[in-house]
Amino acid sequence: MNRWSDIPLRSDLLLQYLIDIQQSESFVCPEAVERLSTDLSIPVSQIKSVIAFYSFLHSRARGHFDILFSDNIIDQMAGSRALLQQLCQQLGVEQGKPRADGRVTIDTTSCTGMSDQGPAMLVNNIPLTRLDRQRIEQIAEYVEQDKPLAQWPEELFEVHDNIRRADILLTENTQDGDALHALCEEGADTLLQRIDDSGLRGRGGAGFKTATKWRLCRQVQAQQHIVVCNADEGEPGTFKDRVLLQSYSAQVIEGMSLCAGIIGARKGFIYLRAEYFYLLDALHQELQRRRDENLLGERILGQAGFDFDIEIHLGAGAYICGEESALLESLAGRRGIPQKRPPFPVEHGYLGYPTVVNNVETLMAACQIASHGGDWFSDKGTRQSSGTKLLSISGDCHLPGIYEYPMGTSVSEILIDCGAQETQAVQVAGAAGQTLCQREFKRRIAMEDASTGGSFMIFNRQRDLLDMVQNFAHFFAHESCGFCTPCRVGSSLICNLVDKLYTSHATQNDLRDIERIALVMRHASHCGLGATASNHILDTFNNFPDSYQRRLRSSEYTPAFDLDGAVSEARAITGRDDAAAHIPGSSAQECEP
Amino acid sequence: MTHCHFRIDGKDIPFHPGQTIMDAAMTAGIYIPHLCHNPDYEPTGSCRLCLVKLNGRYVSACTRPAQAGGKVENQSEEINQQRKTLLQMLFVEGNHQCPGCEKSGRCQLQAVAYYVGMLSPYFTHFYPNRQLDASHPEMMLDFNRCILCGLCVRASHDGDKKDIFAISGRGIKSHLVINSPSGKLGDSHFNAHDLAASVCPVGVFLPKHKGYEVPIGQRLYDRQPISRVGDVAGQNKPAGRS
Repeated sequence: MNRWSDIPLRSDLLLQYLIDIQQSESFVCPEAVERLSTDLSIPVSQIKSVIAFYSFLHSRARGHFDILFSDNIIDQMAGSRALLQQLCQQLGVEQGKPRADGRVTIDTTSCTGMSDQGPAMLVNNIPLTRLDRQRIEQIAEYVEQDKPLAQWPEELFEVHDNIRRADILLTENTQDGDALHALCEEGADTLLQRIDDSGLRGRGGAGFKTATKWRLCRQVQAQQHIVVCNADEGEPGTFKDRVLLQSYSAQVIEGMSLCAGIIGARKGFIYLRAEYFYLLDALHQELQRRRDENLLGERILGQAGFDFDIEIHLGAGAYICGEESALLESLAGRRGIPQKRPPFPVEHGYLGYPTVVNNVETLMAACQIASHGGDWFSDKGTRQSSGTKLLSISGDCHLPGIYEYPMGTSVSEILIDCGAQETQAVQVAGAAGQTLCQREFKRRIAMEDASTGGSFMIFNRQRDLLDMVQNFAHFFAHESCGFCTPCRVGSSLICNLVDKLYTSHATQNDLRDIERIALVMRHASHCGLGATASNHILDTFNNFPDSYQRRLRSSEYTPAFDLDGAVSEARAITGRDDAAAHIPGSSAQECEP
Repeated sequence: MTHCHFRIDGKDIPFHPGQTIMDAAMTAGIYIPHLCHNPDYEPTGSCRLCLVKLNGRYVSACTRPAQAGGKVENQSEEINQQRKTLLQMLFVEGNHQCPGCEKSGRCQLQAVAYYVGMLSPYFTHFYPNRQLDASHPEMMLDFNRCILCGLCVRASHDGDKKDIFAISGRGIKSHLVINSPSGKLGDSHFNAHDLAASVCPVGVFLPKHKGYEVPIGQRLYDRQPISRVGDVAGQNKPAGRS
């Protein structure tokens, strides 16, 4: 099942080799590390450091069935934690540890991009959706029977598109190859100008003007240029790229080819998040179909010199790899550590070559603009944010799914359309985004107002927003790459303090500390992850102070040292858990040390 | 060479294109607190202590190219408070027992903490369980003090061309690892005279067979602040090496 067996060993494929080994062996054994080290001339320590960086790579054996529950707050609200407990009980498994017979491991993972059809899980990287008690019982049975995944009923693996509102991008029919024909007939300059006229800005969230990015990259003299499709859709609560890759992949790939034709790239990559591994075969088929139809490969549409092909690289469970410079590191087979800038990827990207990194939706939109014209796109939206935006809507509403809206649509209008009632808060742009309260629902989805890469999570009045805060705090502590001090240490400190608050042990003083740490993370972090990781805290502090105040202890100060917790080891050794073995007082749980 | 100028706290600083804010400040004798920076190696900007404001926006001085006419704020209460918080984070992340540490008095972490006026680590300690590595005949590694600045990694890669060190793991679980079959320093090609042995700003690298050769009270930072005497690595440099 080695996807790369027919090509010579390449050190930039280290991560891909490791993923293949992980998938066939359930872990990467020391012998495999030694072998790769010799074959690729990469130090053993470096290979081990890569394995330790990615959540989906392991140096110890996992169960034959490796089950991961999506742990986004939306999955939790749909009951994922109880289902996890149920499955652990039924199979006699302790969370995170392989069962003694090696049959199964059960654990949690960051959002798997199924928030509109959760609770969801991954079994050996294949998603299962709409879980309930019955399905869990079924799954437990199959695991006990050691039934191969291929023989499980298909309905367990159904992933729906759930497109609820389509606007120009999702309805307009483009013929395969239209954009490339336009490019060949009208030339790169004209097409670049068309993208420019459309006003298209990056759909991943940062909103950089697409034509400017392409132009900057094109200007750089280099041996080769690279196009990368960022399909590492890791922001909790977003799943629109999954739908595009599942049902609109032709246009996404054509968008990449268009970009390649304009900037002069011969090589492209789709960096596909591990959670979307199940789309890999279909994407490979689509690439092959396009090669067969001369829309990809050498002499595209018969045009001499228009050579472009695409390789798909998988991620391995690291949210940070959605950040473009970290993605490029990961693409080169290394740990996903964001790089300093300057230089920017358009000058110095994949292996040092000038590289355009665009979001899935951006490339899809560019493909459509090429055949329909700049005005077709810019007629929609606002002056600063033209066109439409795909939103992934989930949480407390009747119709979660994909909604395509013209930029500038108000949050309240969206809430009505999706059937949300008694909404307390909307988390726009994922865990790293903004927490909007009711008086802000008149705000508009646009780069200049409530900007979002697509995530739109709804919380009604019955929800305790501290659940969300705790979920996000753990998420960031888990996903921080660890490169810079404020994010590495700050995210874990906040995580512990939020847990203290959650268990009603925190005081006013702890809130001041949380705020101080949150601000330092915002100001001093190396990349966008750290800078935005505390947004949800600072927003909820401002907008929902009661959520915090009602959890506080009345005293000004409570020591962090937990007397009862300190004797837990002694209790475990002596096998006692009676009242006399406890010291009355606190026991705040710690997050991962 | 053409010189341009920018300002740090109102003072005119000359620089030539390609220099970072930190380079230009060091040349001009202006101290910007830092731990992961060493002029001999490519800056990475991981410790974030050199946080300054460039035209009102936070940047790390060691990685940001100097910009003609730019206004840099280095010494202000606001920035000092944030540096203090960053240092407190580093102090609680590892196990830093200054009173009993052999490096006390010539440890940059300690010296910078004094410089910014940090009086206590304040936050709850993580007390990580980190093993010592005493496998090498001449050098002991005490990972308890590691602040993940990556200087030994860079020195071993760029200077010694040995790639003995790497940072592994992710997030708060990030840690320094050794490239050898057993993961121990004694099994690697490390030599006590490697450049990597002399760049640590804290106390991970402890030479064996000697200790407290310079008495407490007479050490590098015992008499003068770090802003005057500079980095530990600068003092460690063997004669003749620039």
